[in-house]
Amino acid sequence: MKYFKYLILGTLFGITLTKAEVVSWYRIYEMFKFQSFHMYGVIGSAVVIGIIMVQIIKRRKMKSIDGEEINIPPKQFSYPRYLIGGTIFGLGWAMTGACPGPMFILVGNGYLVILVAVASGLLGTYVYGLLKSKLPH
Amino acid sequence: MELLTSPWPWWVAGPIIAIVMFALLYFGNSFGVSGNFRTMCTMMGAGKSTKFFDFDWKKQIWNLVFLFGTVVGGFIASQYLMPEVNIGISDVTKTELIALGIANPGQEILPAEIFNFESLLTLRGIIIIVVGGFLVGFGTRYAGGCTSGHAISGLSDLQPASLVAVIGFFIGGLIMTWLLVPTIFTL
Repeated sequence: MKYFKYLILGTLFGITLTKAEVVSWYRIYEMFKFQSFHMYGVIGSAVVIGIIMVQIIKRRKMKSIDGEEINIPPKQFSYPRYLIGGTIFGLGWAMTGACPGPMFILVGNGYLVILVAVASGLLGTYVYGLLKSKLPH
Repeated sequence: MELLTSPWPWWVAGPIIAIVMFALLYFGNSFGVSGNFRTMCTMMGAGKSTKFFDFDWKKQIWNLVFLFGTVVGGFIASQYLMPEVNIGISDVTKTELIALGIANPGQEILPAEIFNFESLLTLRGIIIIVVGGFLVGFGTRYAGGCTSGHAISGLSDLQPASLVAVIGFFIGGLIMTWLLVPTIFTL
């Protein structure tokens, strides 16, 4: 039962991204073409509210459900890792029109061919794991 | 009921995404979907050969359950909350895509010509679905996160690393959409 709440959150996320058309290839194309505000509104409003929420968590030293202080580990900064990795991700995102979350939501929507993209994504992650030590980070 | 069945505007979706992120933090975890790719590699035995995958995947079960929930959510939305699909993209976008050979832009969630199993027998389909999926999986792990981990979680925490990652997402996305998609779509 301790996992039930994650099922509910995932379901809410899946419904929301479908209903707001975020899972649509067309919306991603439109976003990268700057032809609509929609996707910028979705991500932008999530980030603005997210910033406020994280500030409240940090300033009030809010505790998690288990009573421990919520700890958000900072990401170690560097340019090559995030710029190169991010660019590769962006190429794939704009091509498939789906980042990892939407891929799975699309499978739920009945687009079973996306399972092939998921399998490719798993292979991509595996190949990264193999090459990790040889790549600039 | 109409509220549920008509498309949701950005100002409904954005706040819900923020709430999901907040709830995951409150539950002692964090919002990031692509970590599940790594977990699944480990579950399939990748940890035996590669150190990167050698970790206790059972600690990530919560995220796999979340991921399963997203599939359920997609199913519920498509079955019960979407009486008709008509993606509300702009007319400029539609005109452009028709010129690129997409017959009815927005009539389905994905371009029907490309996202089907027969399409995997064409060069265009292989590039978009197979190569595209690979780049997503490779790039997200290289960058240490995807849209949820960097663009939502990381930017919400004002992490400079995430800002660089999101700039990278856009460099890649703009190159693909403006320069490569027109060629790939007419293959």
